[in-house]
Amino acid sequence: MNPQPPPVGGPKPRVSGLNCPNCGGSITLRALGQASSVVCEGCGSILDAKDPKLQIIQTFHRIVSSDPPLIPLGTRGKIRGTDYEVIGFERRTITVDLVEYHWHEYILFNPYKGFRYLTEYQGHWNDISICKELPSMSSSFNISPRVNYLGESYQHFQSADANTDFVLGEFPWQVRVGERASVTDYVHPPRVLSGEKMAGEVTWSIGEYIPGRDVWKAFNLPGSPPAAIGVYENEPSPFRANLKAVWIGFAALAFGLLVMMIGFDVFAMNSSVFQGAYRFTSGYPRAEASFVTNTFELGGRPSNVEVTTSTDLQNNWIYLNYALINQDTGQAWDFGREVSFYSGYDSDGSWTEGSRNAAIVVPSVPPGQYYLRIEPEADTVHPPVTYTVEVRRDVPVSSFYGIGFLALLIPAILITWRSASFEKSRWSESDHPHSPIIPEGS
Amino acid sequence: MTQPTATCPNCGAKIVFKWSSSVQTVCDYCKSVLVRTDIDLQVLGKVGDLPPDISPIQINAAGVYRNKSFVVIGRILYEYDQGGWNEWHLMMNDGGSGWLSDAQEEYGVSFSSKPSAGQALPGESQLEVGRELTWDGTTYTLSVITQAYFRGVEGELPFKFWDKSDMVFADLRSSSRKFATLDYSDAEPALYLGEFVEFEDLKLKNLRKFEGWS
Repeated sequence: MNPQPPPVGGPKPRVSGLNCPNCGGSITLRALGQASSVVCEGCGSILDAKDPKLQIIQTFHRIVSSDPPLIPLGTRGKIRGTDYEVIGFERRTITVDLVEYHWHEYILFNPYKGFRYLTEYQGHWNDISICKELPSMSSSFNISPRVNYLGESYQHFQSADANTDFVLGEFPWQVRVGERASVTDYVHPPRVLSGEKMAGEVTWSIGEYIPGRDVWKAFNLPGSPPAAIGVYENEPSPFRANLKAVWIGFAALAFGLLVMMIGFDVFAMNSSVFQGAYRFTSGYPRAEASFVTNTFELGGRPSNVEVTTSTDLQNNWIYLNYALINQDTGQAWDFGREVSFYSGYDSDGSWTEGSRNAAIVVPSVPPGQYYLRIEPEADTVHPPVTYTVEVRRDVPVSSFYGIGFLALLIPAILITWRSASFEKSRWSESDHPHSPIIPEGS
Repeated sequence: MTQPTATCPNCGAKIVFKWSSSVQTVCDYCKSVLVRTDIDLQVLGKVGDLPPDISPIQINAAGVYRNKSFVVIGRILYEYDQGGWNEWHLMMNDGGSGWLSDAQEEYGVSFSSKPSAGQALPGESQLEVGRELTWDGTTYTLSVITQAYFRGVEGELPFKFWDKSDMVFADLRSSSRKFATLDYSDAEPALYLGEFVEFEDLKLKNLRKFEGWS
């Protein structure tokens, strides 16, 4: 094989100098012949970049704009590892309810990779390229509530007619001031899928949100980017990642709590160490109401003690003063509980109030020999009350887990709420201000 | 590899065919468009200078597509009212022929295909944007109909192609990177099935150099 080199190389493409046929000003072509139209920097006339004579497409007499590009034409930067040069700039305007909204598009060029776009709206930037795959619509209408692209579902955000009202530099199409396109945006943050319909042909592009500071870094621009105002259509929610993490964390910790609860439940000794049955009758002399129980042993490590009182009360009450006393050290835990139970029958049917039983848990009681001092109180005249007292060592307690569960739930709810209000701000700018706050696929 | 050789009937320069199946070539020296009638060459006409080149691809560029290496041996340059595009003729290492299209540096590789037996290609008058057509199990949507003009040829081509004008192409896209082109430049429509590719995936060598760019 003897490959022949091309005998005559074409003219080396590079930045070439030409003159505007309208004002005579010099025209710089940066896109090496790939541009379709170029705007004269002197008079703003739009010229046919394909034509060696630069035929005029649209004539203007002077550039009128108070809206210069934030990245000057000719600036080079690196996007996704590829060098691009800013070759064109346009301002596009949509009008909603008589209010004009402007955004800016920067045309980027690399002689090997072709064109790419950056858009900016109130400090929000998107890195955009033309789709190679066709999105599939869920309905055959022009505007579909959802569009599928590369396996992801995009939600309709806004449809509007965009008017190009200012152009500068070179364009890969024959741009005109006053050019109108109907633009439909579908979002799947941080991406946006846009369909632009012009002259019956729809061009799809896919954009990804990039922070202004990343643009500044990519193009090595001085100063800092303009601050982003509000929430943009495809701006990634700062809470979305947290939201998932916080709920996963919550689920993991709640599961841990549950395991602990079950574990303590299973492994708690929960042993009955004392039981006694007593009768408290009316007219019992007050001074003699108090008595002590036999001693019992609380074993194991320091843990809780549950004292349960069960009565046969009927439309009556009793108050029990308890003291759990360590026989060796004299250390005492005092506590008391009223037990009351009432029942009856009225026009609404039968009713009850209170309970015949009460349980009190005393936490962290060291092991040792203990006894209870019990002092019942009641009305001076009352029917006899029979009650039993049971002491259980090391019982499972669930209220602690409930508090833990709530402590975990609060941050999760807080982040969910912040995420929801972020989504609400996002969608308030859309055609669907009242659409579901958390879109599908979140 | 056999490389048929001949002499240019116009200027006498040696013509070497890189690809044994080439039907047409352009003389490197006098720019005559030559057609093979077995080994005798017939002059069809002369190509003018091509417009200042804009594509990073050039004749003799080499690359890889789906583990098959290829060399660029020919080119057809088309124009339409909004610009132009190149169809680069590829000689694949399995002896086949393919096309690398370059439209404003959006690249696609395609191959001449036939619809399955009994399936006719739509006639030019039946073309309609939005129409869906299925070939080899993939559904394509007709996205644009382009009225194109022949702008020039270079190198070796698998068919006789010279001085055509007013050609209609229908571009069809799919929900994957696959695309289809219906070519109405001959009496019978021709079908090309292909795939959009990323520039770097082609691992191209012998590219043009652009001043100030790497």
